Amino acid sequence: MSAPRMSLDFPVTGGDFIAAGEAASKIKKTLRQLGIDAAVIRRVSIASYEAEMNIVLHARRGRLVLQVEEGEIRVIAEDEGPGIDDIEQAMQEGFSTASDLAREMGFGAGMGLPNMKKCTDEIIIESEKNLGTRVVMRFLNK
Amino acid sequence: MNLREIQKILNAEVLVGEEVLDQIEPRCVCGSDLMSDVLTFTKEKTLLLTGLTNSQVIRTADMIDLSAVVFVRGKKPPPEVIEMARKNNLPLLSTVLPLYETCGLLYMAGLKGCSGLSLTGR
Repeated sequence: MSAPRMSLDFPVTGGDFIAAGEAASKIKKTLRQLGIDAAVIRRVSIASYEAEMNIVLHARRGRLVLQVEEGEIRVIAEDEGPGIDDIEQAMQEGFSTASDLAREMGFGAGMGLPNMKKCTDEIIIESEKNLGTRVVMRFLNK
Repeated sequence: MNLREIQKILNAEVLVGEEVLDQIEPRCVCGSDLMSDVLTFTKEKTLLLTGLTNSQVIRTADMIDLSAVVFVRGKKPPPEVIEMARKNNLPLLSTVLPLYETCGLLYMAGLKGCSGLSLTGR
């Protein structure tokens, strides 16, 4: 991967349901200002929002990093949190460890990671128990 | 069909966006309380019908450019959520009807779902 033309950091606070979605919203606005194709923006927005909700719902703190370069957009979601026990299981639709509170917010139905995968051209998930999780999402923008 | 006609069919109260009801014409409708599904199964210019009234509904709408939101079962979001919608120029309506009846009335009036799926002619 070449050095990004642009890299922006958006912090995310675990448990802050009022601010949840702000980082993804800022990413969307940034891409719009850059004149990125609307269909690509939609994919990036949905995946970023789900990633941000995952941090808010599960982790203590984290951040979304937006990297834009020629022909490719990357969003990296990393957090300090419990980590994912079994990534393969977490990728299955309907599998969830989220709280009732998450469900009250309209999330936590085990659709987050599968949705993120659907929206991306490539997704890489690394996680370490009791340390945190790092998700790299690549979106081709031709 | 524009939001004004939808508002009349549902006898809905307008919480935000009275001044734009004539101009906004949703292409399809989605009824759901699960925002992850709303994110995945909708297209652009979608009207969302939901019983969820927290800020994540407004965020979801922002993320995928929903046309408007109708709260069903007489629900109304708290003032800070209404304010957030106003800032985002997102029209909000509220009807006393439950989700099923709301869907039925709009479907009968000619508004289709987002999937484009049809079971007729099987």
